[in-house]
Amino acid sequence: MSLQELDRSIVHDGGSVSAKADEYLRRSGTAAGGWLSRYGLLIAVLALWQAASTAGWINPAVFPSVGAILSALWTGISGGALLDDIAVSLQRSGTAFAGAVVLAIPLGLLMGQVRSIENALDPVLQLFRQTSALALYPVFILLLGLGEASKVFVIFWATLFPLLLSTISGVKEVDSKLIEMARVYGASRLTVFRRVVLPGAVPSIFVGLRLSATTALLLLIASEMIGANKGIGFQVMNAQYNFQIPLMFAAIFILAGLGLLSNYALVFAQRRLCRWSDASN
Amino acid sequence: MAEVRSLRRGEVALRDLSKSFRINGRPLSVLRNLNLDIRSGECLAIVGASGSGKTTLLRVLAGLETADSGRALIDGRPVTGVGRERAVIFQEPRLLPWLTVLGNVAFGLEVRGEDPGRADERARHYIALVGLADFQDAYPKQLSGGMAQRVGLARALTVQPEILLLDEPLGALDAMTKLTMQQELERIWREENVTMVLVTHDLEEALYLADRVLILPKQKDASPRLIGIDLPRPRDRSEARFVRYRQELLREFGLH
Repeated sequence: MSLQELDRSIVHDGGSVSAKADEYLRRSGTAAGGWLSRYGLLIAVLALWQAASTAGWINPAVFPSVGAILSALWTGISGGALLDDIAVSLQRSGTAFAGAVVLAIPLGLLMGQVRSIENALDPVLQLFRQTSALALYPVFILLLGLGEASKVFVIFWATLFPLLLSTISGVKEVDSKLIEMARVYGASRLTVFRRVVLPGAVPSIFVGLRLSATTALLLLIASEMIGANKGIGFQVMNAQYNFQIPLMFAAIFILAGLGLLSNYALVFAQRRLCRWSDASN
Repeated sequence: MAEVRSLRRGEVALRDLSKSFRINGRPLSVLRNLNLDIRSGECLAIVGASGSGKTTLLRVLAGLETADSGRALIDGRPVTGVGRERAVIFQEPRLLPWLTVLGNVAFGLEVRGEDPGRADERARHYIALVGLADFQDAYPKQLSGGMAQRVGLARALTVQPEILLLDEPLGALDAMTKLTMQQELERIWREENVTMVLVTHDLEEALYLADRVLILPKQKDASPRLIGIDLPRPRDRSEARFVRYRQELLREFGLH
């Protein structure tokens, strides 16, 4: 039980039943208010879009009504076509993201700890980081062909660097006074790493994971616009070519949803793992 | 536990200890030919202006710095690094923010390879001793400065050191908390029968806690002064003899 919870339970135990009911109403009232202030504008924009499209203030051929988009979304999903696209896209970005995690976190931990390794790799890293992954995509296609490999690799490439750099800075920003404290108690280098450096770097690693997950979806679309015949990114382009504008928006909505979902999943994991950190709140 | 206690010694001897640092390429002498014996179970306070080397001396004793020449001996053995018979309390509590109070206090023992169950058990004992039994599941960010420093103290006591090295441990606390903590420190020092070396810039704190006060001069050609404090414990800060000692210490710093 945290101290705040302790305080709250003291307040509760002291109050009468009606005070508790008031408290409950007040809190659900603020919860509804909070929800409205958070999502009210979004709902208003969607409502305005719907109204503008049906009333003909904007060209419905370019901006179909929200209803038409939702129905295209439903047709695509219930028919299974969009589900296939989602699966293919998730596989591409997921593979690339997993590869980046497997390489960047151990390498970042090592680079943050061992100065000579960092010094040796840093110039290369800075050069690669400053080169747009999209500019390198043609190179990857030349090397790996127009198939899955070049798509996955370009996403991997772009997701690698934010995660690597956050991991390195996470390790380096661990308070040296805490490391000295552990040493005074006789901790070996390995113990210091395991019990002080690693947990201390976790919040920063999560920042990197969230950046990388966003980048993975961003690059997914770009990679699927060239030489793909499946995937959400392909579907956005393809629907536009075929003038299936509601389907195009449906695919864009799915992308936004995937982005939100992956971010929420990471935020959730971060809250579980770094309850102690201010960054997780 | 009593037989373990009687084996504890915690004697410190400094022999011609010197240490200098390089500041902008020029050597700056911090400690020069220091000789000192600290008795087992004694509380020695080290005072001096900033730059007098009091923290450096403590870090040499902790094994965090090495002397340029001369020796620091603990129970007759030269200090070559950090050691199990010593624990250090810093000005900041230095708690691991991702561990609870219990986890932090048990940390020192766990690092030393103690089995986690036994470490927790001993940690609970010392958490109670510093008066934080109700807070053992709290996280450091939920604690006040004084409470956090108590956790640091409990963590040091849990490894049952012969020598407790304190580097301005109460320097960052407010005046009221400081007075309470001084009382607590005195009680714990007596109960635990541990040798204490206390670096402080607070002369009253030194007088309240120490058997002897070592005054380190800022001019390195001057020699350090050692003043024995012959007052019954617990000490009364308003008593005439306490005040006289205070004046004597102030005179050492050229103040009246």
